Amino acid sequence: MLENIKEFASEFFVTGDPLIYGADVSIVLATLGIVFVLTYFKKWGWLWRNWITTVDHKKIGIMYILAAIVMLFRGGVDAVMMRTQLAFPDLNFLEPEHYNQIFTTHGVVMIFFMAMPLMFGLFNIVVPLQIGARDVAFPYLNSLSFWLFFAGAMLFNLSFVIGGSPDAGWLAYPPLSGSQFNPGVGQNFYIWGIQISGIGSLASGINFIVTILKMRAPGMTMMKMPMFTWSVFAASTTIIFAFPILTITLLLLFMDRFFGAHFFTLDGGGNPMMYINLIWMWGHPEVYIVVLPAFGVFSETVATFARKRLFGYASMVFAMVIISIISFFTWAHHFFTMGSGANVNAFFAVTTMIIAIPTGVKIFNWLFTMYKGRITFPTPMMWTIAFIPAFVVGGMTGVMLSVAPADFQFHNSYFLIAHFHQVLIGGVVFGYFAGLYYWWPKMFGFKLNEYLGKWAFWLWNIGFYVCFMPQYLVGLDGMTRRISVFSDPNWVGLNVVSTIGAYIMGLAFLFQVAQIGYSIFRHEKDTTGDIWDARTLEWSMPSPAPEYNFAVIPQVHGRDEWWEEKERRRRGEKPWQLGPIEPIHMPKNSAIPAIMAICWFVLGFGLVFHWLWMAIPGLIGVFICLYARSFSAHKAEYYIPVEEIERTEATLRGGAV
Amino acid sequence: MAQSPAHGSDHHDHHAAGHHDPQDIKLLGFWIFLVTDVILFSTLFATFIVLRNNTNGFEGGADLFNMTGVIAETFLLLTSSFTSGLAVLAMHQNKVKPMIIWLVITGLLGAGFLALELTEFVELVHEGATLQTSAFWSAFFTLVGTHGVHVTIGIGWMISIIIQIVRRGLNADTKGKVTVFSLYWHFLDAVWIFLLSIVYLMEVM
Ligand code: HEM
Ligand SMILES: [Cu+2]
Repeated sequence: MLENIKEFASEFFVTGDPLIYGADVSIVLATLGIVFVLTYFKKWGWLWRNWITTVDHKKIGIMYILAAIVMLFRGGVDAVMMRTQLAFPDLNFLEPEHYNQIFTTHGVVMIFFMAMPLMFGLFNIVVPLQIGARDVAFPYLNSLSFWLFFAGAMLFNLSFVIGGSPDAGWLAYPPLSGSQFNPGVGQNFYIWGIQISGIGSLASGINFIVTILKMRAPGMTMMKMPMFTWSVFAASTTIIFAFPILTITLLLLFMDRFFGAHFFTLDGGGNPMMYINLIWMWGHPEVYIVVLPAFGVFSETVATFARKRLFGYASMVFAMVIISIISFFTWAHHFFTMGSGANVNAFFAVTTMIIAIPTGVKIFNWLFTMYKGRITFPTPMMWTIAFIPAFVVGGMTGVMLSVAPADFQFHNSYFLIAHFHQVLIGGVVFGYFAGLYYWWPKMFGFKLNEYLGKWAFWLWNIGFYVCFMPQYLVGLDGMTRRISVFSDPNWVGLNVVSTIGAYIMGLAFLFQVAQIGYSIFRHEKDTTGDIWDARTLEWSMPSPAPEYNFAVIPQVHGRDEWWEEKERRRRGEKPWQLGPIEPIHMPKNSAIPAIMAICWFVLGFGLVFHWLWMAIPGLIGVFICLYARSFSAHKAEYYIPVEEIERTEATLRGGAV
Repeated sequence: MAQSPAHGSDHHDHHAAGHHDPQDIKLLGFWIFLVTDVILFSTLFATFIVLRNNTNGFEGGADLFNMTGVIAETFLLLTSSFTSGLAVLAMHQNKVKPMIIWLVITGLLGAGFLALELTEFVELVHEGATLQTSAFWSAFFTLVGTHGVHVTIGIGWMISIIIQIVRRGLNADTKGKVTVFSLYWHFLDAVWIFLLSIVYLMEVM
């Protein structure tokens, strides 16, 4: 008996690596620490009422962002470990197997569990406030999306200590990811971690489309929407078309692994290239899903800090719509080397190059917005400025890669790695940082410390170029991606430099953590609700916004309505005519989303280990939750009475409404 | 896309934009969900089409499909779509009882469809065609099975709606549920037409 348990445990838990034992210990300690703090300060009820069961988009947004920062840390540790291994030739810091796992989890964590939640966090915090709405269209579904993301992320990260991590790359190409070459449970964690959180992303896409189409304040036509909201609309539309493809692709891979089906196997008539087509039909749109909202952020910050209205509004909208459409027609540029023939490659090379045009249009629009503006440079604007050269270089190397014959040389070399990090860090991460710094006062009512923020900014930027510029060169020189050791003496210098850059970025991240920690205790308060003297509706209300957002929904007349309103007031004209306060209809908190996410987790975990006794109850739990919601949804609403709103507004605004 | 469909600026009186019609919002949300489901099935169809000739030396659909059963399934599902339409008609006339009866008939027809489909699957397995046999059969079972799972979920969903109507009667909320459900059911019907033509008919022709 004891023997059996021992044997089970040695397979169930990942053993044998000191790094992992270290992680085990720190996970247990961190968990105990959290439990202790919550119990000692009697915070369990607070956690449950204010966060776990909340359906308030602002709080859900904060939870997304918090989770994303933690995941940025995990993905960052992976990155630094990889760069350490590759700093010098023939190092033995990571075993090859371990290296494979780390580059896989690094990619997955960064895209699915860092970029996506950071993006949804910004969507949640900003969109309803920007369009003059009280919440998203489906607040309950919104909470469910978050908890599904969370359950998926937990499941995926668990593979680190239980069962073993996936190791077939961030897109898990078969046949390597099939059961023939990958019989362990790692790939199952990959499938279910992503599948569960992907369902949440799909639901969020639907939610934000409906929110934007149906919940805008009166007078705000589509062409009067703030540009960030437009970018959310474009990204969400791309999500609803792209994510179902991912759902099916993962389902089919699961069928292969679990039931022995033959979609992507080498025998039985399967076709692995089908997987690679499908995953990129989702994957290329995905990179634009994450970058479009970053473009949206820049459009807001540029206008605010140049104190001018955004140049070329209509062309911005047009460019975004075009990008989201064309992004569905470029996928094959990820495998020009597959051998589809010259005509197919030519088609995809051209569509890929075409995407650079609307992107260029946007860059010029931002530059023209800044032209002759009275620009100030607080941290959100610094990130915006830094984005432009980074993305121009990233885009240009992208166009180089899109030249199909040349790509036979660049493909899967460090040149490619440098390209996509340049666009993903320089575009997406810089963009979300800009957004985070910009809207932080709106979320929490105070500004982040600028001094530490500038340190973080410069370290990030220097580290970024020091890390990735050498990779272009070493890639051109023939160093391929996904190797765990190299021996060529000519590559040593460039690799050392690159590793130094990675460490500088790690240091920059620590500065950001310090910045947040410091600012919680000593900060400049946002007393006006409009700390940047900005232009759009979210700045017309106190920071942080009350739970119902707008006591009275404003009537919108033009773009940049809040700026126009301030101008009107400066000219001494009559301010906004807001109607009387009326009782506000609000959704009640609900425990079902978190419980349903736990059921999904149980289902996923059971399927990972082929334990039907666990998976089936999980599935039943999911359906019970669906039923419970269906029967109780009509009771899940209440009204905030007028007196309470008046009281809240009076305290928040010091009397003046 | 250039104008606001939700509310023009002339609506000064109903400034409280908190009063968007919740049924309207749910209906739009459901339409968009259906779009995602269309993509879901399209991906499966595409996979089936790519893999349809990969029979791995085993018999394909033309040899093993039992078309009488498939025609009967089609008949049941199409009829159920019609009866779900009748349920919605009855609902619009506020006739609760006929509406529930039509819904129950819809559910029974759906269950009949499922029973036939399962029989078909069992027969195929007896002939040796399983998920593991070849890429063709993997794609077949996954595509047709996904549709079957949708039908099953639809029936469970409908039962919950009937119970709620019996308890709470017809109101804006329960009416909205019936409307959305019938949309879903018609959608499954449309998917079946594609299944019938692309999977079954094209295979046996
Ligand atoms: C002007 C715009 C862009 C062009 C022309 C472009 C072109 C390309 C091409 C041709 C490849 C494939 C190269 C190969 O595998 O050999 C590629 C890879 C990649 N690109 Fe881009 N790209 C552009 C923008 C972006 C953006 C905005 C992102 C993300 C935000 C991005 C993320 C990626 C990623 C993640 C990969 C590689 C994934 C992998 O193989 O694992 N790209 N790009
Ligand atoms: Cu691409």
